[in-house]
Amino acid sequence: MSDQEETTSELTDKQKIEIAKWFLLNSPPGEIQYVAKDIRAVLKNERVYRMAAAEAFPLYNKSHMICLEFPDRSGEVLVTPFSEIDKNEYLDPRTAQVAMVDHVKQVCEGARPANDEELPSLYIEEYRCALDAEIIKYISVAYPKGFSSVYCVNGKDVEEPGSDFELVVVISAARHSPQNFCNGSWRSIWNIEFKDELQIVEVRGKLQVGAHYFEEGNVQLDAKHECRDSTIFQSPDDCAVSLTNIIRHHETEYLNSLQASYSKLPDTTFKDLRRKLPVTRTLFPWHNTLQFSLTRDMQKNLGLDTSK
Amino acid sequence: MEAALGLMRRIPPKHSETALSALLSLLPHHSTDLLSQVDQPLQVLCDVDSGKEFILCEYNRDADSYRSPWSNKYHPPLEDGPRPSPELRKLEIEANDIFAIYRDQYYEGGISSVYMWEDENEGFVACFLIKKDGSKTGQGRRGYLQEGAWDAIHVIEVGLEEEGTAHYCLTSTVMLSLTTNDESSGTFNLSGSIRRQMNMDLSVAEGHLCNMGRMIEEMESKLRNSLDQVYFGKTKEMVCTLRPPAELLQPVLPDN
Repeated sequence: MSDQEETTSELTDKQKIEIAKWFLLNSPPGEIQYVAKDIRAVLKNERVYRMAAAEAFPLYNKSHMICLEFPDRSGEVLVTPFSEIDKNEYLDPRTAQVAMVDHVKQVCEGARPANDEELPSLYIEEYRCALDAEIIKYISVAYPKGFSSVYCVNGKDVEEPGSDFELVVVISAARHSPQNFCNGSWRSIWNIEFKDELQIVEVRGKLQVGAHYFEEGNVQLDAKHECRDSTIFQSPDDCAVSLTNIIRHHETEYLNSLQASYSKLPDTTFKDLRRKLPVTRTLFPWHNTLQFSLTRDMQKNLGLDTSK
Repeated sequence: MEAALGLMRRIPPKHSETALSALLSLLPHHSTDLLSQVDQPLQVLCDVDSGKEFILCEYNRDADSYRSPWSNKYHPPLEDGPRPSPELRKLEIEANDIFAIYRDQYYEGGISSVYMWEDENEGFVACFLIKKDGSKTGQGRRGYLQEGAWDAIHVIEVGLEEEGTAHYCLTSTVMLSLTTNDESSGTFNLSGSIRRQMNMDLSVAEGHLCNMGRMIEEMESKLRNSLDQVYFGKTKEMVCTLRPPAELLQPVLPDN
């Protein structure tokens, strides 16, 4: 074995930060703190670690849509790209509060009431609120530990019919049970465009499910799906009901298709990697191996060798 | 080193190659340790003499060259790279031939290589490798997989023969990744890596090859089973915990 690795040892701090960020961002659901502890030990450079963490944690928290509790226990805030007001400030439209988030500690350290400019108009709020209420009902049944929020991402200052606007429904359910060597998360993002002229509401869903099982091994599920649907532009309450039905329908279908993918594993998909039994359906005849090679030698001697 | 191994246990197995090269660049003085303790996806080269592909690993490497089990030559050529003794080379040739048949029966394709070398305790070590691309563009017979990789590494230490029996210590690793992709269900990827050990004292009456082969066959079946039943099963259980299927939900009573 050679020891010519010296040339590779001179990484710049910038490169080290990039590597550390890559590890942090690729942490499985709920495991970034463990990964952070290990990468910190590997780096042995506190300054580099802090810089990597400062960049990676906000990205990870937003993409995993982590849920943090307000210090006064008045509710939870979801850290998402849609609720971000400032790097450390996240809006919770339900309580009209802005949470101060410490990304690296993954806690909400305080809250302030949201300003009027940060909240949607009354007209939009009617749609947002009605949908939020329906979604809460739905997730309380469908997700034992699910959180949801509804944001206005476009046209929040629209005050009356006549203009388009866009809401986003976010559903985030995570389960961390390191004592059972298992973590997982379900994330859905539903973009809902209210098109005034066409009197239509267009729905785009992005679902992502991840799971990690790591008792004496490392096995991970990474599943993603996108879908589209639409409904007619109605009153806030009617829209809320039909949109929630659409979301419920697609999420239920997706769960079914995930289960179908699992049930196809043993006999179809996994079989293309390795069969359970040989094509002969009996264990390999190791005791006859001498015979194998004899036949082969004979074939070779007779010029009949066809095997490769 | 402990922390580096901790990271490898958490990073998605499909990214293990990137993770390992990142760790090697961060910890150059631990490279030997890392390369021996972290299994990485297997690479393949083509033997210029026989035209057959062979698998690369730490056990057939010397400097930047790898010895082919088919021609016994190093690629790229190396003057005095280590080779097994003539007697062990004979067993190695036989093992490669037979293991190729075994591989074909279980994998319906794929590539295999067996390497052997003498160890310090007068016994020997054998490394059996299998690589299979099960994707529909590769050798997936049924065409279900967008992407499908299986790498198996079996290292067997064979002790000195005593009174007709020998001690066999097998360490096996399987790394796999499979992805399906279709319009209605999106992309579905499972990737994993597990490692297990098995120790046995066996009579050598039927020969080392027979004993090693049986152990590997048993181990591969066990690993495949636990991936399928236990590991994939646990991730499925997690999905159903996050969002229980309708039949598991308590019926909701209408409000009065």
